[in-house]
Amino acid sequence: MFTAKTILHRLRSGCQTMPYPDGPAPALPDRHGGALRVDGAKCEEKCQACVPVCPTHAITKASSQPIALDLGRCIFCAACVEACPSGAITQTGRHPMATRRREDLLLGQPGAEEARLAEALDGKLRKLFGRSLRLRQVSAGGCNACEADTNVLGTIGWDLGRFGVQFVASPRHADGLLITGALSRNMDLAVKKTYAAVPEPKIVIAVGACAIAGGPYIGHPQVLNGAGALVPVDLFVPGCPPHPLTILDGLLRLLGRLEDKERP
Amino acid sequence: MNSSPSFTLFANGTSLPWLDVPQWSGEELVRRTADELGRGARLCSWFGLAEGGGTRLVAVLAFDADNTLAVAGSTPISGSYPALTTIHPQAHLFEREVWEQHGLIPAGHPWLKPVRKSNGNAPANAPFFRVDGREIHEVAVGPVHAGVIEPGHFRFQCHGEEVLHLEIALGYQHRGIEEALAGGPHLATVSQMETIAGDTSIGHATAYAMVLEAVAGAEPPLRAQWLRAIALELERLANHTGDIGALAGDVAFLPTSSACGKLRGDFLNLTALICGNRFGRGLVRPGGCRQDLEPSRSGGLREKLRRALADVDEAAGWLWAANSVRARFEGIGPVFTEQATGVGMVGVAARASGLVRDVRFDHPAGWHRFAQIPVAVWPGGDVFARAKVRLLEIQRSGQFLEEQLDSPPEGEVRAENGPLAPDTLAVALVEGWRGEICHVALTNAEGHFRRYKITDPSFHNWIGLALALRGQAISDFPICNKSFNLSYCGFDL
Repeated sequence: MFTAKTILHRLRSGCQTMPYPDGPAPALPDRHGGALRVDGAKCEEKCQACVPVCPTHAITKASSQPIALDLGRCIFCAACVEACPSGAITQTGRHPMATRRREDLLLGQPGAEEARLAEALDGKLRKLFGRSLRLRQVSAGGCNACEADTNVLGTIGWDLGRFGVQFVASPRHADGLLITGALSRNMDLAVKKTYAAVPEPKIVIAVGACAIAGGPYIGHPQVLNGAGALVPVDLFVPGCPPHPLTILDGLLRLLGRLEDKERP
Repeated sequence: MNSSPSFTLFANGTSLPWLDVPQWSGEELVRRTADELGRGARLCSWFGLAEGGGTRLVAVLAFDADNTLAVAGSTPISGSYPALTTIHPQAHLFEREVWEQHGLIPAGHPWLKPVRKSNGNAPANAPFFRVDGREIHEVAVGPVHAGVIEPGHFRFQCHGEEVLHLEIALGYQHRGIEEALAGGPHLATVSQMETIAGDTSIGHATAYAMVLEAVAGAEPPLRAQWLRAIALELERLANHTGDIGALAGDVAFLPTSSACGKLRGDFLNLTALICGNRFGRGLVRPGGCRQDLEPSRSGGLREKLRRALADVDEAAGWLWAANSVRARFEGIGPVFTEQATGVGMVGVAARASGLVRDVRFDHPAGWHRFAQIPVAVWPGGDVFARAKVRLLEIQRSGQFLEEQLDSPPEGEVRAENGPLAPDTLAVALVEGWRGEICHVALTNAEGHFRRYKITDPSFHNWIGLALALRGQAISDFPICNKSFNLSYCGFDL
């Protein structure tokens, strides 16, 4: 009889939701690498080793300037880390990397070695959404990996619902959009219509390298190189795809749910 | 089968000089392809090749029982040619695609309309098939439809609850992957291969690597082949487990739904244990693999795998024991064997319609030459059968992984893949978790891609979902859709 078995199983396994953010965050896989850190000051003057190996052209270097790495374009293949002879580009192994502004993902200058992590929504928006946020997810040229790792936040291990965040079917029931994909031209109309159907005030979250800047498809005539081409973006979550922990971290930062825990 | 009068035969994962591909007139190629399909071959790929103002047609067939692939082409043609679809419906989307890309008209094609073409800000997919009658109503769903899911448009013609016809119109996810491959491979190509369908990163990256290795005439280290086979089954386990959970969720059977949602992640984490990425990105590269599965790592993986497999077994057991679930699965969304054969279905959906069709078994390449997995088949073609085949495959994949992890081959995993040979054609088939992935590469005189053709299993199977809905209640669409769980982006490219 399955009823007895399922009840027994529940009793035996107990609560399967992770303690984070009250407890420690689950560890990233050891080969994941986490967010990148770029110490432009360590670059040798003539060195260009990392520039040609980047598949999404996320790294630029003007003559005698330190390198600039755009974490928004990065698909975290670590080719640059392997190519760098001076240790200027390193993996931090840390999961937080979501930002509020696109320029906060540009790494390399002194003081901007790492992503400037997202601040919480302010004033009215935080009051409105801080404890209850309904999102409509729109995939626009996404490959179903960002979608899958967003979906996973709804499972019992992550239980996004405990933060008041929920994905809804209709944009009219939503407070904002969570967009994935490089923004295919064939989704142009649908994204605009969906955005228009969300009542004001509303927010937009871009998840993954594609939604931030086009990812591996940057420059293709069939895509618009990210959500920012059509709608204002309030949160950028880098990755290909971002680890669920990175997405959750971004959402919690945006809602101001991590601030209390980070004060010493 | 040792010979074909019309086609050149070769094996999966091998290459041949373009000059060895026979050329027929357009009409003759259609006739000869139709003959071979009539003898039991299957159309793996059919595409155009622009040349001198005309278009060459290329047909890649599979003789599953003979473990052989076959290829033939046409001389450059323009205007129109007699459609293959009228004799063998499995060509219907391929011929639409060639028409869209090259303007070649398959005369007599019953439903000639674009596949992915844009009209600027949306796919040019209208008009839709329409049933007339006073009591007929039409339901339009998507592109943005319920859930965290990719976009597609579904047009139902209904009489009351009953679906008379479903037309599935896609193209929303089109990112121009094939177009961008001309003149390649480029720096971003392998990343694009891993994101053709992001839930099939290993499957598509393996097909890509196999094609490049075949064109270069190189064989990757055995240990890399072994590791790819392991990663492919981990990918299958994650997705099949997720699908069983999603099917349970659709009939409101929450114990299995909750458990499998989490277990899916556990399998993804096993892939991340190998390469750092939950979807296996960065692992498979032409020439080999970028990371190794050392004994210490392999031991940890085996232990976690054993636990996850036991948990899936338990969670799926509840689902199978519940009569209420059986009642919702059985007889829903049937695709009959003849239909599945006719439209050329592949993978889980084909095997659930009783077809013994599995690339790992029929066209073994790479590690599958040394280690086989039994083909899981179930008759019926309904939601129950598609769920059952997934469960059987979870068990088979689990056994395969446990055996393989015990006996790894020695050696390196990384090697350089040499330069690509000029004017060479190579084909790779890989049994991804949804079914047959087909990559075809043809190089030009400089050893760059002249044409690269990708066929995701979803390309064959979306029509199967439309057939499954015929005569069914429209309220059963979600569960039928989940039981197929096809890729939108893999189709749209």
